[in-house]
Amino acid sequence: MYRYDHYDQAMVDARVAEFREQTRRRIEGHLTDDQFKPLRLKNGLYLQLHAYMLRVAIPYGTVNSRQMRMLGHIARKYDRGYGHVTTRQNMQYNWIKLEEAPDILADLASVEMHAIQTSGESIRNVSADQYAGAAADEIIDPRPWAEVIRQVTTFMPEFSYLPRKFKIAVIASEEDRAALRWHDFAIRIVKNDAGEIGFECYAGGGMGRTPIIAYKIRDFLPPTQILSYLQAVLRVWNRNARRDNIHKQRMKILVLELGEEEFRRQVEEEFQTFLAMGQDVPQAEYDRVAAYFAPPPFETGLSDEIDRSDPDFALWVDRQTVRHKAPGYAIVNISLKPIAGIPGDISADQMDIVADLAETYSFDEVRATHAQNLVLPHVRKADLYAVWQALDAAGLADVNLDLVTDIIACPGLDYCSLANARSIPVAQKIAERFADIERQQDIGELKIKISGCINACGHHHAGHIGILGVDRKGTENYQLLLGGSGAEDVSQAKIAGPGFDEEGIVGAVERAVERYRELREPGERFIDTYRRVGFESFKESIYG
Amino acid sequence: MADSNLLRFRDDAVPDEPAVSLDSFFDQSNATAVRIEAGDDVKRLIPVLDRIRLVEIDFPKFRDGRGFSSARILREAGYTGEIKATGDVLVDLVWFMRRCGFDSFAPDVPLNLADVETALGHYPYVYQDAADGAVPIWALRHPELRHGTAESA
Repeated sequence: MYRYDHYDQAMVDARVAEFREQTRRRIEGHLTDDQFKPLRLKNGLYLQLHAYMLRVAIPYGTVNSRQMRMLGHIARKYDRGYGHVTTRQNMQYNWIKLEEAPDILADLASVEMHAIQTSGESIRNVSADQYAGAAADEIIDPRPWAEVIRQVTTFMPEFSYLPRKFKIAVIASEEDRAALRWHDFAIRIVKNDAGEIGFECYAGGGMGRTPIIAYKIRDFLPPTQILSYLQAVLRVWNRNARRDNIHKQRMKILVLELGEEEFRRQVEEEFQTFLAMGQDVPQAEYDRVAAYFAPPPFETGLSDEIDRSDPDFALWVDRQTVRHKAPGYAIVNISLKPIAGIPGDISADQMDIVADLAETYSFDEVRATHAQNLVLPHVRKADLYAVWQALDAAGLADVNLDLVTDIIACPGLDYCSLANARSIPVAQKIAERFADIERQQDIGELKIKISGCINACGHHHAGHIGILGVDRKGTENYQLLLGGSGAEDVSQAKIAGPGFDEEGIVGAVERAVERYRELREPGERFIDTYRRVGFESFKESIYG
Repeated sequence: MADSNLLRFRDDAVPDEPAVSLDSFFDQSNATAVRIEAGDDVKRLIPVLDRIRLVEIDFPKFRDGRGFSSARILREAGYTGEIKATGDVLVDLVWFMRRCGFDSFAPDVPLNLADVETALGHYPYVYQDAADGAVPIWALRHPELRHGTAESA
């Protein structure tokens, strides 16, 4: 994986010094709260209901064991002993003191990490396929380009006060594991008939209160033109977006207002201006970055045999491991969704154990996923039993990848000042209702996503079943949505009808699931059946 | 204009003519100073840059970043006259503004000059080109690929 050189290190060190200085000016009263707010947000510090939250960037979801241990250290020293994996593959902490934040950033910088642009109106952490470098279906590893984009989008002066946040994702497979088209700007790396690598670009996606699926703005962009193209997109948006209503300032709204064709035309015009300036990152720099992502020294001649005599282990292998590109290896998914746990939470001790396992068994790499789980990307099949035993002892061997209890949930009203309703207890109750693993396996792939307000941090628009918490005359109320997807079969979920209370929504989900089991044809997932039969066939079962 | 608020990074004489609005500028063939409000299309000035000595770009709220694009567009088009940031200009915007081509500052509230100096000194490098001529890190890593690149920052 990527390692900082002295330039990268100098930049994060400078960032720490800058934020220490800004915090001093705030504490001494030279900056108002309003003036300080964007500065802290761009360092990941977000004020929640009870304390500051710090969101640490995990670029394209990749960390090494040393970094993972530092994340554990931060949880212990500055928080309450745990952290939370987010839908942007980041790690966030919920109980941070402002005056300690500069020290935390310094600790992060000591292991080549930061919290730069993880919140606020900025170009956010670039997300990517969590199986990058390991997936059997990828064209190339998408992370080197993601790293190049990370660098050039760090402290972009022209785009330092954007209308709103801007999220970028990069993948290199047909299968979409990164919710690609729910991003403001997204790249799918493709190969053309001549065998050349290029970027299929999407623009104007996003969730929030106006969900939009990004449209394809370009079929094939030469990769070494990405900085020009990205700046063109950003400039058209920065200059033309509304600035009078925060809910209308995401780029998707401008695309909607201008229309896809006109937005594309303006981007192409700016693109020519930027190209002519000759400021793009050259192939040689990509090659330098890509060298860090060279495949690890996989052993050859390994057997693909796995001893399945322990049935619990066999169950875990079948659900939690995925085919690796190298023979004799597997991708291991670590569930952070224990029944009745908080989706995405991980304790400091568990972080240490995952770090140890990565160091011993996975070429020192861990990945965070947008579905709030972790991955050990490169495990020898011969080591799977040992890895499983260690995970099991640490409470990390749950079997539910992509099943009904593998729920994405935002922090909700338990933490967040924007929320109208709690998300975590709903996720817990649904998980408890479906705890039986045989039933879960029979139901098959079913992605439930829960947001505690219309800002949609829990991706409810993209859930096979989505749940949206709203405030209804002072009480928490939950709307049920059906038919969304964040995968390559992307679609937007639709609201089913009147909302439910907390108990009611659990029952409604269960009735929808049972209706699917009645209607399904062999091989159909929930979403397939829903799309085939349509909402009406579910409505009566859900609402009676 | 309150001169005490002016922070200037130029050696030439301070333009003394008041800046006029973009529309007025095109009505007055002898005007040499123009004022750009957030939302004005600065590209209209590109054909007439040679008659301009001063462009004032206003920031109605510090969070309104349109002015950054306006300044950089002028520099990219070859404008070498003064670009002044006015309005809600804060210490922590100045580094970004300098990189976009602003070379004078006349904020509503005077800047603490010691804080500005500190803020401008934090970053030894930059990750990308802008309008200040700073050489991006990628080019420092590959000096053979870019004329005149030397690590002297």
